[in-house]
Parts: sequence; structure tokens; C-alpha cells
Amino acid sequence: MATLGELERSIMERLWATDETLSAYDLQEALADRKLASTTILTVLSRLENKGFVTRSRDARPHRYSAAASREEHMADLMHEVLGGASDRTAVLERFVGQVSPEEAETLRRLLGR
Amino acid sequence: MVAPLALAALAVALAWPVPLLLSRASWPARSPAAALVLWQAIAIAGGLSMIGALLTFGLAPFGPDLFTATVNLVTGEVDRIESWNALALCGAALLTAHLLLNLLLTIVRSERQRRRHEQLVRLLSSPSEVPGGARLLDSPAPVAYCLPGALSSITVVSAGLVELLDDSEMLAVIEHEKAHVTQRHDVVLIAFRAWYASLPWFPIAFRAQREVGMLVEMLADDTARRSVPDGVLARAIVLVGAGQNRPVAEPGAAEWGGEASVTEVGARLSRLGVAPLPRPLESLVVAAAVLLLAVPTVLLLSPVAAALL
Repeated sequence: MATLGELERSIMERLWATDETLSAYDLQEALADRKLASTTILTVLSRLENKGFVTRSRDARPHRYSAAASREEHMADLMHEVLGGASDRTAVLERFVGQVSPEEAETLRRLLGR
Repeated sequence: MVAPLALAALAVALAWPVPLLLSRASWPARSPAAALVLWQAIAIAGGLSMIGALLTFGLAPFGPDLFTATVNLVTGEVDRIESWNALALCGAALLTAHLLLNLLLTIVRSERQRRRHEQLVRLLSSPSEVPGGARLLDSPAPVAYCLPGALSSITVVSAGLVELLDDSEMLAVIEHEKAHVTQRHDVVLIAFRAWYASLPWFPIAFRAQREVGMLVEMLADDTARRSVPDGVLARAIVLVGAGQNRPVAEPGAAEWGGEASVTEVGARLSRLGVAPLPRPLESLVVAAAVLLLAVPTVLLLSPVAAALL
């Protein structure tokens, strides 16, 4: 199962790396070392589209794909969820140390002697 | 009329004074597992006695015990029902539906959030060198967390954390998060979140949720302490806490988690020097929890209780 997730990640990395739209064949070429069937790539692309990570333009044949948002935007979203104090949205994850107030962070830093 | 009154009295006690006392007690930090059992017993017995008080009051005119009364009511042995009793029965049904629906809603909502977050993590993180199969997030903020789920769970550490901690401190973090996953702390947390969501006007529901959240952290700490010395765990907690220099301000943050964790880190550190609760006392707590569950159950079902009616 790791392969499917890793494949999604490599395809996203390719889409994030370029401003242009890519077709499944472009991606197949870019990932040539993996010897993937184009149907596999299309399957992964449609999975990514369903999850809202990829947008497809149907104007051209074959369809062309691009990233819905940049890697940085997704990362910012994710970190906001992880660090955000509104635990209604972050309730699903269990952090090693939850949010600490600035004063307490200061106290802890003093404890470390720096 | 003994059973409805006794159940109502129990419901009131479990809605306010009992949880208040427990949340102020200092012993739970010395035995988080026993305290967690007690919190769950309070929540379940509280709900049971609330519903039970309404149910037994509503059914009282129809038979000596719950079973016969229900049969009489359903088979139409009774041709008239007092409006007070009808009201109580409606209340029992509504309360039951409300609690169950909220539980369901909380589960569905959490699962949706969890899946969305997992998708993002899988795209943005890479497999790490950290033992235990943690995913590595390329972020400078030192964070570690796990995303527990019924089918799959992931532990995530950030690049900032890997840089901050040495190997043994990292082991403490990983063992702590692994405990959350294997001991299914998410199930307890979700139940208490649902309790708070269904009864937000209960002064104690928020406090209960917070206490349970803290106990779960302590329980995970105790698991980590089996793999690393206390000092290493303490240092990991202090380092990760001190590394938070950019708290993200959000509306409602102070009300929700901001203030709660002020005491949490301190409590987790100070308990490391304190001896755990002696076994006999721990057993006593668990016995109290069992008793707490037994009382409303017996009041509801036992023919002895019914004879008192």
C-alpha cells in the first residue's frame, strides 16, 4: 500500500515543481524510471482530483492536470491545523506537547538555561 | 417513587459535585489509568441515571418494574396516561436520541477531519529515519503528533523536532505517541468530546474533557517512562514546549486550549518526581467506578428496586 501513497506523492511533487499543466503522458515520461502504465497514472490522478489536490482541464485531449494549490499553501494549512489552538479542528491529532502560552514557553526556556 | 428520586439525585451528583471534586483532586496525576476509568464511569453512570430517572418516573404508573411497565404500555393494558408521565417518557427518549446523535456526529466529523489531515500528511511528509515508522514533515516548528484511527494510524515528527532532540529524547516522544495509538486514547477522547458537545451548558463537561485530555497525556508519558529515564522524558517535554515561540492566535484559542495547557506541561513535569498511587488505593478507585456503574443499573433493572416503588 505504501507504493500507492508514494506514487501520489511523486506525482504531486512533479505537478508542484512546474507552472505548466501536465498530461498523464508527461508524467509517465517524468517518472520513466518507475516504468508505470499510463492507466496507473490516470488512476492516481483521478484519486488526487477526488481529494481536491489536482485540477483537470478538459479542454484539451489528452486532459491536462495541475496542482490545485502550491506545496507551500498546503504546508501552511497543515501546520495551521497542527499548531492552531482551536482544538475543535485539531481535536483529531494528539500532540506530544499541546499549545503552550508564550509566558510558559518563556518559563520553560529559562528552565533550560538559555 | 424511590427509584426515580434516587436516580435523579444520582444524576445531579454526577453532573456537578462529583466531577468537580475529582477535577480538583491531586491523586489522578499519580494514577491516570484509574482516574480515567473513574471519569468514564461518572460519564456513563451520569447519562444512565439522567435517562433512568425520567424513564422510571414516566413508567411508574404502569407496572412494578421497568419490564412489566413497558409491556403494559406497549400492549395497551393501560388506557390513560398522565401528562406528567408522558412528558417524562418523551424527555427520556429525546435525551437518549440527543446523546446518541451527538456521539455519532462527533465520530463522523472527527473521522472526516482525520482523513483529510491524513491525506495532507501523506502528500507532504516523507518516510523518516526515526524508528517506529514516523513520517517526517519538512517544517522548522518542533512538533510531534499522532493521528490515531481505527484502520490506520500515523505518527508525524517535524524536521525541527529531529534537529532539537537527541536520540533518547526522540525515543521518549515516539513511545509516548505510540502509546496513544496502541491504547486507543482517541476513543476515550472522542466520547468526552461528544459529551461536551451534547451538554455544553453543563459547567463540568468542559472541565471533564480537559481533565481526560491531560490524563491521557500522563498515561502516554508513563508508557514512555518504561523505555527512557524520567529525566530524558522531562527534557523532551521542556524542549518541545520551549520551542513553541510562535503560538498561532485563533479566535477562541484561549477558551479552548490556550489556558488548558498552561497547567498541563507543569503537571506532567511535576508528577515525574511523585510516587504512583499504592496498588490498594488504585483498586479502591476502580471498585468505586464499578459501584458507580452498578447503582443506576440496579435501580433501573433490579426487581428489588422495583419492589420499593
